[in-house]
Parts: sequence; C-alpha cells; structure tokens
Amino acid sequence: MLTKRIIPCLDIKDGRTVKGTNFVNLRDAGDPVELGAEYARQGADELVFLDITATVEERKTLLDLVRRVAHTINIPFCVGGGIGSVADVSKLLNAGADKVSINSSAVRNPQLINELALEFGSQCIVVAIDTRYIEQANGYEHIVHTHGGRKPTELRTIAWAKEVEDRGAGEILLTSMDTDGTKAGFALELTAEISENSNIPIIASGGAGSMEHFYDVFTAGKADAGLAASIFHFKEIGIPELKNYLKEKGIPMRI
Amino acid sequence: MYALERIGASYELSDNADVIRSAERIIFPGVGEASTAMKSLRENGLDKVIPTLKQPFLGTCVGMQLLCQSSEENNTECLGVFDIPILKFPRVKGFKVPQTGWNNITADQSNPLLKGLRESEYVYYNHGYYAPLCDYTVAKTDYILEYSAMLQRDNFFAAQFHSEISGDVGEQIFKNFLEI
Repeated sequence: MLTKRIIPCLDIKDGRTVKGTNFVNLRDAGDPVELGAEYARQGADELVFLDITATVEERKTLLDLVRRVAHTINIPFCVGGGIGSVADVSKLLNAGADKVSINSSAVRNPQLINELALEFGSQCIVVAIDTRYIEQANGYEHIVHTHGGRKPTELRTIAWAKEVEDRGAGEILLTSMDTDGTKAGFALELTAEISENSNIPIIASGGAGSMEHFYDVFTAGKADAGLAASIFHFKEIGIPELKNYLKEKGIPMRI
Repeated sequence: MYALERIGASYELSDNADVIRSAERIIFPGVGEASTAMKSLRENGLDKVIPTLKQPFLGTCVGMQLLCQSSEENNTECLGVFDIPILKFPRVKGFKVPQTGWNNITADQSNPLLKGLRESEYVYYNHGYYAPLCDYTVAKTDYILEYSAMLQRDNFFAAQFHSEISGDVGEQIFKNFLEI
C-alpha cells in the first residue's frame, strides 16, 4: 500500500544548517550532510533542503553540498530556494538532487513550470505554494504569498494549485503561513480542498506541533506527505516514534 | 551513479554499443518518456544490441518499461525482451497518478536479485504506467491493481521502482546485482 510520507526540512545557508538542532551523537550538528544522513537512518521518507541564501558564491557552495548529500543518502531529496531557470535546475539535478522545488519564480513566470516539466519530467518538479488567509475586497480568501510569506500576490491559492498541476508540476508543497510556526496543527481544510481536487501529491507544511497533527493532516487534511522542521530538529518528536504512532492509528507508513 | 559509488562499484556511463557489449554488467536506468528514449536507442543502434546481450542486465523505471514489448505511453514499440505491454494506470477515485512515494513489494525471495530481503519491503515509486503480472514477475506491488514490481527472464532483470533512492532495500538490490 502506498504510504504517507514524513519529510524533515532543513534550512541551509552558505552550505550549513541554520536554526539550531538538538541532535546528540553528531560530530557537527550544523552539517547538513550528517543531519540528512541521521534523518534517513531514522526513517525519514524524503528530505527537503531549503537554501535561504542568494549570492552566486553561496550557490556554488550549495551545489557542492548537494553532491555530498547525494553521495551519502539513499532516499529522495528535494532542493528548493532561489531557483529561477532551466539552467539552475539542470545544475542541481546533475549534482544529484532528485527533485527541485520552485516558488517565487513560478509566480513571476508560470511558464517556467511548463519548461521545467518538459525538460526534466514532472516527477522532479515540486511547486511550493506559500498561502495566507487574508481580507480581500469580497471578504477573506486564501491568497498566494511570496518572499517568505510576507508579500501577497494576485493569485488565489486554490486556483493556483490547479494551474501548477495543469502546467506540469509533479507535486505541491503547500505551506500555510497562518499556521506556520504556531505548532497548533496544519491547515486542514485548505489542504483537503486542494488535495481532493488535484491528481498530484500534496505535501502539507506549517503548524506541526504534535503527533496528532500529522494524523489529522493525513485523515481530515487528505495530505500525501507531512513536512516539518523545528519539531524534528529539536527532537520534540522523533521520526521513529511518529511513524510508529501513525501506523498504530492505521495510517500506512514505511517502517 | 551515486548509488553505485556508495557500494564501491566502478562504472562507466556509455551509449556506445562496443562498450556496452564488452561490459561485465549493465544497468539501464530511465526517467523520461518512452518514445523519446526509444528514438535515442535507435539512433545509437542500441535497440538491436540490447536484446542480444548475455551479461547480467538491470533495467529500472522507464528502463524496465523499454525492455517490454510496447508502451501505451505515446504508443511506443519497445525492445521486446519481455513480451508484455506497458499499460497506463486506469483512473480510479482516491488514487493519484502517477503513483509517487513508497509502496511495498511482495517478492520471490529465491530470486538472486532479492537475496537478503524480507518478503515485503518498501521501495520508492514514481510512475504513471505499469507492467501487468505475467510469467516473468518476481515481485509485485498493489496500487489501483496488482502489477509487476520486478521482472526477470534469463540474464535480464527489471525493476519499476527507483532502486537508487529506495533506502537500504535499493542498495541491497544493487549489491545483489553485482554478485550475479
């Protein structure tokens, strides 16, 4: 049976993990390669690396990092952050990334999704959507945001999710900026609405604070995968205990 | 390639018929679309070479599909090592296509490629087309319907999943392949 996926996300700056981590037994808790390998050992179903740097020099560091991760880890890994062209994606995939995640560049130039899907196949193109529920002329609506969720766009989230699928995205990484960082649970209704109306997997992100939240996002939220960062880094929830908990509750899990 | 480096195997990437004929073992990976892949095999004359090879041969993902007779993906005539068609998953509510993620294989553990694995193991999939169950099936998976996760005929082995990112299971399959 196809399982639901548990995905830890690492923020990368200049080739290092930022935000603290709380792993013992690692020689260097800031080294993304060691952290990634540790998550893979613990049973993570996939890894997401989000590069939060922008300079050209730092991008080179990222490519080197992707190469080292690909040599070490034997589960899928996806790299996102600052990707704006076919050439950017080509470099990352050649370095060993299995998938790339694009966000603002897709909003700026939706045609990029078509180009990337045609060039590399939909299977490696993840479109990240940051969404926030804000007041519009006709009342509150879910609106796509860029710049780390700070800048609203003209795009309605549900329509944009449909559009990225039609343009060839292979998966959607949906982050609710309303729940992100709250540890109060994922945005269940929105996630479910998008997942039920799409034929590609939805990775839910933002708001995980407990094991129940993952149960909720896989049941009421209809998500195909759940992504989180700090609760894994700070070991508030261990991946093995989370997966065991979900399996016992009847969610298909790779154990 | 990284998967081979992790287990210490040396390899060469080639589309040259002579290099391929003289190789000890051959891995035929694949992502992409069937008709385009077949076109490039024909251009290199590899469509004639591959079915005649005698050394251990492992096709993965689209590589497996190309080893079959035909594919419903753009109605492509394939290599015919396995005389079965590749079919498109039917649309069924509640099942997204392509299948993306980890699913389990139920495997014939006596097959040399599956040595050391449990009867049920998880592997990583990403595919919209499948090989039906047939006489060559050595492992199967259930998604919408039961289909062939792995095939074997003589020296030809094939796996629909992505062994290179299927964790320790995928790594074991590559190690086994190097010992065949």
